[in-house]
Amino acid sequence: MADNNLTNIKSDDEIKVKRKKSDIIFTVVFSIISIFWVYPLLMVLINSFKTKLSIGSTPFNLPDETTFVGLDNYDQAVNTKMDFFSALINSLIITILSVALILLCTSMCAYFVIRVNAWYTKAFYYLCLFSMIVPFQMIMFPLSKVTDMLGLNSPFLIPIVYLGFGAGTALFMFTNFLKSVPLEIEEAAMIDGCGPIRTFFSVVLPIMKPTIISVGILETMWIWNDYLLPYLVLNIRYYKTVPIVIQYFQGSFGQVEWGAIMASMVITITPIVILYLCLQKHIVKGVLSGAVKG
Amino acid sequence: MEKIMKKNPGYFCLFLLPTLLAFMIGFVVPFGMGIYMSFCKFNTLKDLDWVGFENYSKIFMADEGEIVINSFWFTALFALVSTVAINVIAFMVAVLLTKNFGGTNIFRTIFFMPNLLGGVLLGTIWKILLNGILISFKETLTTSGINGFIGLLILMIWQQVGYMMIIYVAGLQGVSDDLKEAAKIDGADSKQILFRITIPLVMPSISMCTFLTLTNGFKLFDQNLTLTSGGLQHNSEMLALNIYNTFYSRVGWKGVGQAKAVLFFLLVGAIAIAQLKMTQSKEAD
Repeated sequence: MADNNLTNIKSDDEIKVKRKKSDIIFTVVFSIISIFWVYPLLMVLINSFKTKLSIGSTPFNLPDETTFVGLDNYDQAVNTKMDFFSALINSLIITILSVALILLCTSMCAYFVIRVNAWYTKAFYYLCLFSMIVPFQMIMFPLSKVTDMLGLNSPFLIPIVYLGFGAGTALFMFTNFLKSVPLEIEEAAMIDGCGPIRTFFSVVLPIMKPTIISVGILETMWIWNDYLLPYLVLNIRYYKTVPIVIQYFQGSFGQVEWGAIMASMVITITPIVILYLCLQKHIVKGVLSGAVKG
Repeated sequence: MEKIMKKNPGYFCLFLLPTLLAFMIGFVVPFGMGIYMSFCKFNTLKDLDWVGFENYSKIFMADEGEIVINSFWFTALFALVSTVAINVIAFMVAVLLTKNFGGTNIFRTIFFMPNLLGGVLLGTIWKILLNGILISFKETLTTSGINGFIGLLILMIWQQVGYMMIIYVAGLQGVSDDLKEAAKIDGADSKQILFRITIPLVMPSISMCTFLTLTNGFKLFDQNLTLTSGGLQHNSEMLALNIYNTFYSRVGWKGVGQAKAVLFFLLVGAIAIAQLKMTQSKEAD
């Protein structure tokens, strides 16, 4: 970014006037395009204050005297119809526990795979890479049966399933990074009397921090938004996540509860957008480091 | 370090075993079972009945075959069209947003936003929007396959342009300005600079993004489920959703569903490997 600015300032001097005009045109054109990106989210907010019938039939209208319902939809989403907050809490528990577990276990695992040169570490590594190209539909039915048998169908145990199915990407990114870490640093720690465990936690782990943030962000985006895996694995009668309730209440219940759905989407999207604006730099970095050729 | 870690199995148990066990539960065992079960008739795990290739032949028989083939072409066409559309738009947006005019950072922020929401929320939002428009033509997203196709296309463009744009912007920022400057002095116009210098240099980003959009297109599920749920008479049912419906909305078809899933895996795997091979050979040049 910084380089870009500098060189552009240089060339700006030569063709300043001409540039200024086209700059304004670009800004205007992109502002118009941006409306298409912002409007759908704004529409959710506007419709969350309307009656459920008017949402389906006239989604583009602003609320008027007949369609305005105040905070009724929010009340329905949280208190009466959807029990939305328990879904929100389930989603939070699952995402936080799974990401923490994935980061801890796969970073340790990647360290072992990189430092111990043996047939089993290699076999495991390639098997993990292989798992990255397998679509979920291939394993969904047996997986849901296996996890049922093992009792992994609650928000506190489903992180184990995420660790298993999500190991590939995380392991790949961690090993990629560790390949570039020189052995000398660890050898120095060893001479100072550190065993592998202390070396890993006090020397290697701090070096891995940027990759840990990137992997954490990618896994969070995946698990928070995941629909099918939790839908099939969790005991759906007791535990629903945010995507599950939102889909569930569009299901075959006669009339779709659009009002409650809109309100719950507003409650979900608002903190995400705020978090995104704060963490944008890290998120962009995470996306980029996930996009290395695999 | 290696010697110590190899000698004492305790380190193996601490570092590798947790992930290995979870990987067994979450991937290896279900994968193996999945292959075996594709040759069986079953409803649960306890009534597995070996039937050989019967499930596979059922996929392509009569009415079922027609639905599957339609679903395949719908998916393939969608993956192709969406890959081209998303990448062309994302690349153009990235080229423009690496120029320095007011608000480029804000626009990048806005375009990326949909990626934070996930398929179910996105599908729900666009179902309301698009049905709200189609209602004035007395149609919905499900009434015809074309409606479903275009709806999904709009949704996926809206979602993925921002994601791919970020990758392209990073690639474009890696192209040195000196090169472009030199070409300009040698008399190249901006079109030549774009096609002869910029595009060849961001080829790694281009192949990465095509890979991502193509596999995303083939594997699309959440958006398909929420936006059209397959449409009327399967008119916009993509492969992943077709497999899901074979499992969960029909009685006695689970074996066939699993057989479809195996073929689906082979298809997606073949595309991924072909794409990787192509990228590798290009980078070797």
